[in-house]
Amino acid sequence: MARPRLPFEFLVALRFLREGRMQTALILLGVTGGVAVIVFLSQLIAQLQSTIIDRVLGSQAHVVVRPLEEVNLRARSDPASTAVIEPRAQRLRSIDQWEAIVKLAEDQPGVVAVSPVVSGPAFALRGRASKSVALLGVEPDRYRRIVKMDTYMVRGKFQVEGTNAIIGTELAKDLGVTVGDKVFLRAAGGRDELLQVTGLFDIGNKDLNRRWVFTTMKLAQSLLDLPGGVSNIDITVTDIFDASEVAARLQAGSGMTVDSWMTTNSQLLAALRNQSVSNNLIRSFVIIIVALGISSVLVVSVVQKQKEIGILRAMGTSSNRIMGVFLLQGALVGFVGALSGVGLAWALLQIFSTIYRTGDGAPIFEPQLDTGIALSAAGIALAVGVLAALIPARRAAKMDPVQAIRA
Amino acid sequence: MTDAAGKPAIISMRGLRKSYGVGTPVETEVLHGIDADLAEGEFCALIGPSGSGKSTLLNLIGLLEPPTAGELSVAGQSTTGLNEQALTVLRGRHIGFVFQFHHLLPAFTALENVMMPAIIAHGVATAEDEAVAHDLLARVGLSSHEYKKAGQLSGGQQQRVAIARALSLSPRLILADEPTGNLDTHTADDIFALLREFNRERGSACLIVTHDPRLAARCDRRIELVDGRLAASTSVAEPA
Ligand SMILES: Nc1ncnc2c1ncn2[C@@H]1O[C@H](COP(=O)(O)OP(=O)(O)O)[C@@H](O)[C@H]1O
Ligand SMILES: [Mg+2]
Repeated sequence: MARPRLPFEFLVALRFLREGRMQTALILLGVTGGVAVIVFLSQLIAQLQSTIIDRVLGSQAHVVVRPLEEVNLRARSDPASTAVIEPRAQRLRSIDQWEAIVKLAEDQPGVVAVSPVVSGPAFALRGRASKSVALLGVEPDRYRRIVKMDTYMVRGKFQVEGTNAIIGTELAKDLGVTVGDKVFLRAAGGRDELLQVTGLFDIGNKDLNRRWVFTTMKLAQSLLDLPGGVSNIDITVTDIFDASEVAARLQAGSGMTVDSWMTTNSQLLAALRNQSVSNNLIRSFVIIIVALGISSVLVVSVVQKQKEIGILRAMGTSSNRIMGVFLLQGALVGFVGALSGVGLAWALLQIFSTIYRTGDGAPIFEPQLDTGIALSAAGIALAVGVLAALIPARRAAKMDPVQAIRA
Repeated sequence: MTDAAGKPAIISMRGLRKSYGVGTPVETEVLHGIDADLAEGEFCALIGPSGSGKSTLLNLIGLLEPPTAGELSVAGQSTTGLNEQALTVLRGRHIGFVFQFHHLLPAFTALENVMMPAIIAHGVATAEDEAVAHDLLARVGLSSHEYKKAGQLSGGQQQRVAIARALSLSPRLILADEPTGNLDTHTADDIFALLREFNRERGSACLIVTHDPRLAARCDRRIELVDGRLAASTSVAEPA
């Protein structure tokens, strides 16, 4: 059986495309390249951005609640000028009613984990070595959901009780201690305690590896002279880009100072946004160029196919179906170009992820294609194909069949 | 010559006018009021000097362009005021075209060209459409050329494919604009004979534009156009 199985519009659209070999090949190449650039670039930027954000948030809470900062409001004698706000030297203070605020935070939508923290400065001493450290009294079961300490542990578990302490690998090296050894800790206020090292962590940040010392909340409270108090409440949220909204809501609800990672890293965020803006700009240009390419090829094709259009009209094809034939050509070019473009982007990712590696040999970015990015690029290509075909298709539909047949 | 007498008209024209460039300084009237009928199954020649308006009249009858004034009925249906969609349906259902320059679709095979009117009408080719197309190509003697692309066929072969295509939906009316115009005498006779054969066999009315007096003489009737008007010798309807 040799009868064509395709519906009229598909049959004619495909045949027209096949007939315009070179034109079709070139425009497919254009769409393929365009889709590949968009997918590849978007993927690259998304990965780099998420890597950077992961690094930043790897050792930082999304949202932090602190006591209200004490400020001196000194009215100037000149009433026209605004009050001058002078920060006062901050003393360690507890958050008022922190249990209630923990409860409030836990009830907020979009909040995943809440961990009260008792923190303050101290010195770690051993022999003649004395190191300035940050004492962090935490409930490990809560805190491990703020900073993924379990994944950073080099020795021991992220668990503390009694006078146990978990310290970073750098501090351990500086003091010459390891798991099982004792370290003397003296807080800024003069209180001290002999701690037993039960775990070592490596956060991937030398400074933090040198400074952080984890103990129980109770021990930190007594060393830092904050009985029953906490100095800050760390919060993890579901969507990291919702952090500032969650922070604003909490600040309104609690009356405390609440900061999100987005405000403390505003420069980084601005840089990331600029990068996204330039990515969108490139995408828009590529889309416009691809659309113009499809459009111009189809406009030429409509002129070339004038006679065929006239014949089809004479045989009972309505102008709407002629329009459909050309819209379909745009859609087909967009669809096939999207498929091969995504394929090309995937191939590029494989190549680049083997070529470009970090100092320690790990790939800078993942070779996996993000299905969301690929699907949206394919969807855009399809839509652009149809939209680009709109003008040529309308021209084809309006073509006078008599004119075509007489010529 | 009167075997079709008394049959209803497949085409009826009353005061049909056509102007080009309406509303522009170069507005010209090409057809100045045509009154004529074509009966069902009639085999009629449309003759006249070049530029007399024969193709224009054929295109009006074929619903490819609208008359400027006058009344045109096809298959008993008045075409005045019909929208493009309705005209397209009427054309697809009742009219088959054969053009001078065969006008096949070059991207398609002979078989696909013959099936095309059916594909357009049915949305997709059915097994029956294919059987009909095979049959028609056999009738025009091109069974062995079914899978050749239109461009690989000779002029006479292409015109035979065009006739098979015009017949694919068994239309009640076939409009042929100089179907033998650029063929040699022998091939022209073949093509003409084919049209005559299908006319007799299926009862499709034919209106054939031709410059060849020999062929015109072999038709049931002749309609003659001179400068956009019917010549005095032409009767409005088929002679009774
Ligand atoms: N689209 C058009 N615009 C203006 N004049 C036209 C157009 N089509 C045909 N004509 C004119 O109409 C007249 C009749 O043409 P046509 O019907 O092709 O004649 P025939 O087929 O008898 O040779 C000619 O003078 C031709 O120049
Ligand atoms: Mg003519």
